[in-house]
Amino acid sequence: MTTVQAPAQSKPPPVLNKAVDNRQQGRLARLLLSPTMLVLLIVIGYPILAGTYQSLFSQNQGVDESGFVVQGDQFVGLDNYTAIFSGESGARFWNAFYNTTYFTVVTVTLELILGVAMALIMNRAFRSKGLIRASILIPWAIPTVVSALLWRWIFDANGIANDLLGTQVLWSTDGPQAQWAVIIADVWKTSPFIGLLVLAGLQVIPSEVYEAARVDGANALRQFWSITLPLVKPALLVAVLFRILDGLRMFDLPFVLVGQGKPSVETVSILAFLENSNVRYGPAAAYAVILFIYIVIVAYAFVRLLGADVMGDAKQKMSRPAGRRRLRTVAKGDMP
Amino acid sequence: MTIAIGAPQQGNAQDAAAVPEGRRRFQPVKGWGHWAAYAGITALIIYCLAPFYWMLVTSLRRPTDTFDTALVPSPPSLQNFVDVFDPKNNFAVALGNSVIVSGITTVLVLIIGTFAAYALARLEFRGKNLSLGIIIATSMFPGIAMVIPLFKLFTDIGWINTYQAMILPAMSFALPLAVWNLTAFFRQMPSELEQAAMIDGCTQGQAFRLVILPLAAPGVFTTAIIVFVAAWNEYIIALTMTNRADIRTATVAVTFFTGTTGRDVPTGTIMAAGIILTVPLVIMVLIFQRRIVAGLTAGGVKS
Repeated sequence: MTTVQAPAQSKPPPVLNKAVDNRQQGRLARLLLSPTMLVLLIVIGYPILAGTYQSLFSQNQGVDESGFVVQGDQFVGLDNYTAIFSGESGARFWNAFYNTTYFTVVTVTLELILGVAMALIMNRAFRSKGLIRASILIPWAIPTVVSALLWRWIFDANGIANDLLGTQVLWSTDGPQAQWAVIIADVWKTSPFIGLLVLAGLQVIPSEVYEAARVDGANALRQFWSITLPLVKPALLVAVLFRILDGLRMFDLPFVLVGQGKPSVETVSILAFLENSNVRYGPAAAYAVILFIYIVIVAYAFVRLLGADVMGDAKQKMSRPAGRRRLRTVAKGDMP
Repeated sequence: MTIAIGAPQQGNAQDAAAVPEGRRRFQPVKGWGHWAAYAGITALIIYCLAPFYWMLVTSLRRPTDTFDTALVPSPPSLQNFVDVFDPKNNFAVALGNSVIVSGITTVLVLIIGTFAAYALARLEFRGKNLSLGIIIATSMFPGIAMVIPLFKLFTDIGWINTYQAMILPAMSFALPLAVWNLTAFFRQMPSELEQAAMIDGCTQGQAFRLVILPLAAPGVFTTAIIVFVAAWNEYIIALTMTNRADIRTATVAVTFFTGTTGRDVPTGTIMAAGIILTVPLVIMVLIFQRRIVAGLTAGGVKS
């Protein structure tokens, strides 16, 4: 560290400083980033490689043809994958895959609609802002597990939900009602968060824009569609992308709220977890790899098709304070 | 309806810009839409708080009244909170484990993350966008795909039922979150500050340590809260990496509560545990709400 800093102490003249400065910044940056990259290499890089490797093996504890006890890992190539897509486990996988996708689509849609509505409401609140902000943060702060237990209690056969609705629905048993219990609990916890993000987007829209629209005779609905929505769209797209990716890895909520071994709420994450608990590491890893690939495809498609600019904001901000032309062209050049 | 809702908004926009005495002039704009806004706000607050309130009410009933549906517990009782700490639940130990795991995760992630965020926000180097891209991409990685290979690794090296087996994987989501938030905070600070310090003879490192870091303290603190909340809420890692009651974190322990008889679900006790798990976070939210909102929205969009 001290050797890196040493050259700067002997202040060279400003013109020369530039080249030295850049090289030195590069070295300092590598030094500062290396711990983060090392940790990510261990907790993300290693699992990607080890998981893929593991998915090519099977843990059979049985007897082979000649009567010997076979124990330990055995290379099976893509057998774990072909098993996933065929037969009984194929049906189970496609069910989990469908559930995962279904939960994601429904919850993100509902959260988006509710979140935007909440943001519009909050944007017009000029009193009790503290109370609103505090209440909207509470669903966010409650641990997902606690929220799952809480909603399990609300949806208990003798719980408050049935009491209020005057119904006798067995929510936490298997079936569409269990799916709705999960969806409602997830929407409750997350839409306030979307609301906060949209609100932040709303608050940077200058009021002059609305005034001009009003002068031009645009009504409120028109203002919403033509001004509010396009201007919050970048923030919204990124929020939706991260929500989609969160939805695709959903685990805690159905696992705790409804329980394991319930086909109607079994997601790919739960399936992989259960396989892992049953010491079937190979198939478990195969499920995890498939989920990972699915998430990568969805993220890529989302960024490509809808142009969610995940890094755009960061890049833009980055080039401004530095104010150096070279960086700006780089940032533009490699933008997807 | 849409017009009615739209109208006060314009009034409000002017309100906000106007000086206090100007404010009064716009009061008559109040109308139907004004009340609609109040109704909306009330509905929003009820929506957010009602389930939480139900947890609180249930936890404050006597265990025998659990299925009562009255809105206020009568008579109120703290018996559930006593039951939570029954030795068979191991909840006190679990709370301690949670504090250790999320505390250490937060501290480690902040130290490492501050370095990375400073480089990303302030230095110029080749591969900056790539580094940023990698950090964002890792936050999209599904937990299960990380947990399964690491579980096998930790089994092989005897790390199951240890703190590090929970802390290290937790950094996979905590670190990108911290770097992302801190980068946003560092960027908000004018670069003139460092330039001035460097003209006065500081090196870049000194400028960071002596000028930027103290000024960024609120941002670092906010990031700490957000990371701590995320680490405190973690479930799948702690569930996978432990199989002994004395090492479980509280979020896992609470799902293992058992009643007096086998099939009996101790709802009241579970709700009390939920309150205990949530209250520290709620208190933080109440005290630092403004900062948390700023942090959540400035630092991007990750939960």
